[in-house]
Amino acid sequence: MTMTVEESFATRPIDPHLRQQVLILYLGTSALDSNVIGWTRYDGTGRSRPTMGDSDEPPYPTGLDALIDGWRLIQMSQLQAHLPGHEYDVAYLPYEFVFERLVETVAG
Amino acid sequence: MTTTFERKHLLSSVEMAHFVSHGSILLESVVPDSMNQRAIEVLDAGIPGYPYGTPLDIAFPVGTFVRELLELPTIAGAIRSLVGPDPVIDHHAVHIRPPRGGEAQNMHGDAILDPRVDAFDVQLMYYPRAVTLEQGGTLSVPGTHLRKINQTGIGRYQNLAGQTRLVCPAGTVALLHHGIWHGGRRNDSDEPRYMFKIRFNPTVRQLRLWNTDDIDDPGVLRELTARFGWTSANEGRLELVNRAKLWRVLTGDQQFDIDNYLTREQLRPQFVAIGATDARLGGGPAHAGWGV
Repeated sequence: MTMTVEESFATRPIDPHLRQQVLILYLGTSALDSNVIGWTRYDGTGRSRPTMGDSDEPPYPTGLDALIDGWRLIQMSQLQAHLPGHEYDVAYLPYEFVFERLVETVAG
Repeated sequence: MTTTFERKHLLSSVEMAHFVSHGSILLESVVPDSMNQRAIEVLDAGIPGYPYGTPLDIAFPVGTFVRELLELPTIAGAIRSLVGPDPVIDHHAVHIRPPRGGEAQNMHGDAILDPRVDAFDVQLMYYPRAVTLEQGGTLSVPGTHLRKINQTGIGRYQNLAGQTRLVCPAGTVALLHHGIWHGGRRNDSDEPRYMFKIRFNPTVRQLRLWNTDDIDDPGVLRELTARFGWTSANEGRLELVNRAKLWRVLTGDQQFDIDNYLTREQLRPQFVAIGATDARLGGGPAHAGWGV
């Protein structure tokens, strides 16, 4: 080892001009082409600050529409079996789809 | 609270059904303006805290502004219908959001995960001044109150279809189920936003505490099956089941059902129809055998 952890993790990345934007869509069913019932955005460029309650209309009508618009799907919910005796219990939204895209910034 | 209570001030079955499906009920402009004017001074002065479970007579005895508020017939009737006579104070707070102040909170449920399915607390929120959109009244998501989540575990949900932002005239009181998903918003106006809240615990079983004269009104089922943007598709029917379960708790009617879901769940007839069930069983030991 030639560096401290801090030094190595402070190394300039190969793509310092790129930042990730994250879009999370909650869909009506486990199908990507089903309707959007909830949405969340995080902006790695720091240029905007999405927050709770910042919009009333989803950015896309279905998850597939986000894909078609160039968002890259990186994770979707696992389908969980329902626990015996708790089949009708409801909790967190079950159909979560996480998208990303990379955008240019002037940061270096 | 007074011991005699006029039924006309209680909520109706249709209004209770609205509470069961939406997780809230809004009483607009029910506090007279004379009281709203006095409220600002009371709230600015602050209201001392009390231990969890303090009876109303100790926290807000007769003669205090808050007691006067709670004894307005419409408000008293709604509280009585939801949590019954002599509820105790879980806690209360004055929230004054300064002009151009605050930030949107993450979506959350109050306190922690509450596993109760056969009882609930109610949170009263009183707005002595009108709340405009830019003043950042609470955002809440109707119908989420029956979902079992912990606190800000739902912080990842920024927007849900059907979410509402509180906008109301002066003197409005909102009553919320303890589990509803919500978040505070930023006050983008030049006026401070005032809100006083009390969380009530019931001290009686919440069984038919409202005016049940209209229990057979078709409006009851219509309210119970209310749809919101986020309940479209797969979550909607499960929500109907949970609303039916709560309606069973509130009415004592263990046969109540919406769309036959809970009835079907119990359909495991044990009666053997002698004429239909054939006499012959397969006989002998298991027929399969390794290499047989």
